[in-house]
Amino acid sequence: MLLSRKFVSDYIDLDENLTINEIAEAMTGVGNEYDDAGSLIKCSKLVTGEVLECVDHPDSDHLHCCKVDVGTEVLDIVCGAPNVKKGLKVIVALVGAKLPGGEIKKGTIRGQESNGMLCSMAELGLDNKFLKPEDKEGIHVLPQDTPLGVDAIKALGLDDEVIDFELTSNRGDLLSILGMAYELGAIYNKKVKDIDLSYTANSDDIKNSFKIDVQTDDCSLFLAKKAINVTIKESPEFIKNRLIASGIRPINNVVDISNYVMLETGQPLHYYDANRLGNTLIVRNANDNEKLTTLDSQERILSREDIVIADPNKAVGLAGVMGGLSTEVEEDTKDIIIESAIFDSIKIRKTSKKILRSEASNRFEKGLDPKRTYMAIERSCALLEKYADATIVGGMLEYNNSNITDANIDITIDKIKSVLGINISKEEVISIFERLGFTVKDNNESLNVIVPSRRRDIKIVEDLIEEVGRIYGMDKIEGKLPVLETIKGSYDKTKRAIKHKLADLGLNETMSYTLIPNSEVHKFTKDEFTEVTLNDPMSEDRNTLRYSLLYSLNEIYKYNKARNNSNISIFELAKGFYKDSEGTYQEESKLAVLMAGEYKLDIQRENVDFYYIKGVMEELLYFLGYEGRYSLQINDTIPNELHPGVSAAIVVNGTNVGIIGKLHPNVSKDNVYVMEINLTKLLSFRTGSMKYKDVSKFPGIYKDVAFIVDNKVTSQDIELAIKKAGGRLLTNIQIFDLYPNIEDNKKSMAYKLCFQDPSRTLEDEEVMQVFNTIIDSVTSKFNAKVRDK
Amino acid sequence: MQENINNIKESLVRDLESVNKPQDIVDLKAKYVGKSGCITELTKNMRDLSIEEKKTVGMLVNEVKNYANDLISKKEEEINNAILNEKLNKESIDITLPSKKIKRGSLHPMTRMVEEFEDLFVSMGFTVFEGPELESDENCFQKLNIPKGHPARDAQDTFYLKDEVENFLLRSQTSTAQVRAMEANEEKGPIRIVCPGKVYRRDEDATHSHQFMQIEGLVIDKNISMADLKGTLEVMMKRILGEKTQVRFRPSFFPFTEPSVEVDVTCFKCGGKGCSLCKQTGWIEVLGAGMVHPDVLTMSGYDPKVYQGFAFGTGIDRMAMFKYNIPDIRTIYGNDIRFIEQFDRKDED
Repeated sequence: MLLSRKFVSDYIDLDENLTINEIAEAMTGVGNEYDDAGSLIKCSKLVTGEVLECVDHPDSDHLHCCKVDVGTEVLDIVCGAPNVKKGLKVIVALVGAKLPGGEIKKGTIRGQESNGMLCSMAELGLDNKFLKPEDKEGIHVLPQDTPLGVDAIKALGLDDEVIDFELTSNRGDLLSILGMAYELGAIYNKKVKDIDLSYTANSDDIKNSFKIDVQTDDCSLFLAKKAINVTIKESPEFIKNRLIASGIRPINNVVDISNYVMLETGQPLHYYDANRLGNTLIVRNANDNEKLTTLDSQERILSREDIVIADPNKAVGLAGVMGGLSTEVEEDTKDIIIESAIFDSIKIRKTSKKILRSEASNRFEKGLDPKRTYMAIERSCALLEKYADATIVGGMLEYNNSNITDANIDITIDKIKSVLGINISKEEVISIFERLGFTVKDNNESLNVIVPSRRRDIKIVEDLIEEVGRIYGMDKIEGKLPVLETIKGSYDKTKRAIKHKLADLGLNETMSYTLIPNSEVHKFTKDEFTEVTLNDPMSEDRNTLRYSLLYSLNEIYKYNKARNNSNISIFELAKGFYKDSEGTYQEESKLAVLMAGEYKLDIQRENVDFYYIKGVMEELLYFLGYEGRYSLQINDTIPNELHPGVSAAIVVNGTNVGIIGKLHPNVSKDNVYVMEINLTKLLSFRTGSMKYKDVSKFPGIYKDVAFIVDNKVTSQDIELAIKKAGGRLLTNIQIFDLYPNIEDNKKSMAYKLCFQDPSRTLEDEEVMQVFNTIIDSVTSKFNAKVRDK
Repeated sequence: MQENINNIKESLVRDLESVNKPQDIVDLKAKYVGKSGCITELTKNMRDLSIEEKKTVGMLVNEVKNYANDLISKKEEEINNAILNEKLNKESIDITLPSKKIKRGSLHPMTRMVEEFEDLFVSMGFTVFEGPELESDENCFQKLNIPKGHPARDAQDTFYLKDEVENFLLRSQTSTAQVRAMEANEEKGPIRIVCPGKVYRRDEDATHSHQFMQIEGLVIDKNISMADLKGTLEVMMKRILGEKTQVRFRPSFFPFTEPSVEVDVTCFKCGGKGCSLCKQTGWIEVLGAGMVHPDVLTMSGYDPKVYQGFAFGTGIDRMAMFKYNIPDIRTIYGNDIRFIEQFDRKDED
C-alpha cells in the first residue's frame, strides 16, 4: 500500500515538521512496517522556465541550442528533444540538480555551452506506466500560465511524499486513506475529518429503469446507483497526481474517480456503461467453462468457484477481480451504473490467485466494512457530479445480507495487565481506545468497548489487548523471566550422542535435502514401500520424499569429487518417509554413512576399505549397547546398488536394521563404502544400562592356533564355533593373521585366545583341555586342520 | 693412625679428580671401601687393641669411611647424570616436524546451532519436543487459527502431498509443535517446550531455501505474560548472538498469537550504529512471537480463561548465517566438504 502524504492530509492534520521517515517509523512502531519512504519525485533544483529562443545546433542533426528564461536569468541549454521549440513552458534542471539518472553538470556539447537540462517526465523518475503518449516523445510541456522560476515539482503538483507499507494480512482497513488517517490519528492523537458525501440527486428513481438480482450466498451486500450524462475527460490534476502517488495509472475522470474512491474508502467500485448493459444486474456463481472477456481483452474460462456479475444473457464482469470488456466505460459513455458490493473473500482469493491479482481483489480478500460500501457509493456520486458533470439518479438498489456490526467487548484492566505484563492505569487504557476511535463505557469492574466495523480484525478481548499494547508501545514492555516450577528439561540424548560419536571418529556431518527425484526413491534399499510424492513440486529433481539417505550422500560424494575432494567420510541423521499399507504416512529416523578415499590424513595415508566402515559400524553399535547382539548376514535385504560380494545386512536381535557395503561398480566406479541404519528400528531394541564389571586380578593365559579352512568359511563362523567350545574361561578371541590361498582354495586363519578366571589363577592343564576342545570342535565342524607352527 | 687417615683422605681427593666413567667408580670403591680397600685395611689390627683404643680407632675409621662413601657417591651421581644427559641429548627430536594427524570430524552448523538452543532451553526447564515433518493441514494450519482460504496462507507456499491438497503437507512451520504439544498433554497442564526442526516452503534464493530449520518455543501456564516472553527472548538472544545483544518488540500479526510481535535484535555487525546489513536501522528482524491465541488454546483442549502462554518461532539458518557469517543459505545445504569440515572446533562459551 502506497500512502500519499497529500492524500491522507485531506483527512488528518499532520504536523508539517514531521518528516516522512518519522511518520513511517511511528507507523512501524504500531505494527505497520514499511519498505520505503521519501519524496514522490526524488529530484532537486528543478525550476520552471520558458524557451525564448530555439535554433538548430550547428554541428548536429538533432540537437537544439536554446535560450531559456528561468525567472532570475536566461540560460544557454542544449536540448535533444524533438518537441522543443520557442515559447514552450518547460521543466529546467539547473546545474547541480540531482536526478535519478545522475547530477546535471555545466558542460559543452559539440562546442556549444549548456547550463542545465530540459526534462522529460521519465527523467524525473516517473514510471513509464504513468506517462501520457506525448510525454513519451520528449520533454514535458507545462501549461502556458505556469509562472517562471518556481519549483517545477510543485508546479506539477507532484510535490508529494510517499510511504510504501508492507501491511499484515489482518489490517485490510489500512488499504484505505481513511484507515491510514485513523491509524495516524491514534498515534498523533488527532481527529479524523469527515468525508464529503454531498450531491444532489434528480427526482427520478433508479428502480424505475433498473434492477438487481443476487442469486448467490457469496455476495453479502450489493448496492447500485445510476449517474447519467457524464462528461468523459481528463481528471483534475490533484486526482491524477494522487493516483500516481498511489501507484495507479490515471485514465479518464470517470475511471479515475472509481479508483480514487477505492483508495479513499478501501471499497472497490465498478462502473458499467449503462447503455450497453440492459436493465438487470445479476450476481451469481459462474458456470463451469463459462467464458468472459475481461477489460484487458483476455478471454477467461470460469468455474463454479468464481462469482460473476451478469445480465440475463451473459457474464459482464468477474466479481471482485475485473470488469468485462463488453460494458467498459469508454470515451463515448454517457450513463453509468455504479456497483459497490462485498463478495466472499475466500472465493475472491481463489479466483484472483487463478486469474489476476488486482488492487480490487486485494481489498476484497482482506474483508470489507459494509459501512464503507455505502460510503463509497455516495462518495462516488459526489465526485461524479463535481468532476464529471454527472446527474445522479435518485434512489439506490440495495441487497443487504451482511451481518457485520460493531464489535461490543467487555474487558478488565487486570486482564490487560496480566497479558501484557505491564502496569497501566484505567485512564491510560480509556485514552488509548478513544484515540483509536472506539467508544468506551466505564462500568467500574470492566470497560465496555464498542469497536467500529471498519476494524474487522478486532473481535475478542485479546484483540483489544493488542491495541493497547500497540499504542502503549510493545517495546516499552520490560522483560522478566517467567516464575515457574523448577523442572528438569530434556532432549534426545541418544541422537546427539550418535552424532558426537561419529564426529569423534573423524566423520563430517552433512545436511541434505529431503526432496529427491522420484526415479531414485527405491534405490539403496530392497524394502517394498509406497513413496510419498508432492502435489506441486518446484522441479522434477525434488518431487519425492526420500526413503533412504544414501542417494543424497552419494550425490554429496559426487559433488565433492568433481571439486577434487575425494577423501570423504560423512554421515547424516535424518528422516526417511513412506506410506504404509494402511495408507498412513510414516517417517523413520535413519543414519547413513559414506566413506571413500583416504581416511587418516597426513603421514599415515590409508584408503578406506570395507573393514573401515565396518569398524565405524561396530564402534557405534558397541557404543549404543548392542555389543554381542548384532551380526552381519548375507540375505535378500541387500540392495542392488551394493557390490554383491562386499556387502551385508546388519541384523540386530534377528531383525534387519540396516545394510553395509561397497557401492556397486554400476553405481560408482570409485571405491565408495556406505552404510545405513534404521535408527527407529534399532533403538526400539532396549539396551540395559551400563554396569561395572570386576577387573580380574589373576593373569590370563594366551594360546595361539591357526586353522586351514575352505575359503568360503567366514571368520564369523569360526569365531562363533570357538566361542561356543571355549565356554566361560575363554574371555577374548583375536584374529592376528590371515593367509589367503595357502593351499588350493583354502586359507589360513590364526587366532589368539585368552583364558581367564576372575577368581583364581588357571592351571595350564585345564586351559589345555579347553583349548583342545576348541581345536576339535573347529576342525570337525569346518573340516579344518591345524596349521603347523 | 691419624696420619694414615689423613693420607687416605688426600689420596682419595686426588684420585677423584681423574674419575670420569662408571668403571672408575667401581675401581675407586674397591681401592678405598671395598673388602680389601685401604680403609677396610685399617681395621685389620683392631683385635690387638684395648677396648678404649678400639673405640677411638673405630670412630676414626667410621668417620673416614663415611667421608669416602659420601665423596664417591657424589661423584658417582655426577657421572651418571652426565651419561643420562648425553643420552637424552642424543634422543632429542625436531619437535617442529608435523604431527601424526588424527582425523578430524565435524558437526553440521545446523546441529551446532540446534544444540546451543537446546542446551540453553533445557537449562531453563524446557523439554525438547520433536514433531513429525510430514504433517496434517489440521495441525499445521487449522488448529493454529489458519482456516482454509485464510490470507495468511499466502506467505507460506506449501508443499502438499500428491492427492492430499489441503490435507497433508511437509510442515511449513514448526509452530505445528504447539498443537502437538498441547494435544499430547493429557492433564492439559503447564507446558514448556522448544521444537527445533526442518520445515519446507516453496521458495528458493540466496536467503531462502525450500528446506530450512526453525525452532519453536511454547510456554503455557496460568500467569504468563508478554513480559515473560521478552525476558526469555532476551536471554536467548544474548546467549546465541552475544551478551551485548538487545531485543526490540514491534507489534505484528500472526493468526495463532494475539497480541503478536516481530522481534528485532541489535545488528551484530555494527552493534546498532547502522550498516548495510541492517539497512542503516541498527536492528535486524529475527523472530515472530506473541501470546497464544485463545482459539488456538481452545482447539487443543485448553481453557483460555485458566491458561495463557507465549509462543515464538525463529529461523535457525538465519541465526547460523549471522553467527558464522555465511552469506548464502544455499551454502548451508550445499554439503561442500570444504564448508562443513570447518565446523570442527568448539564455540566460544
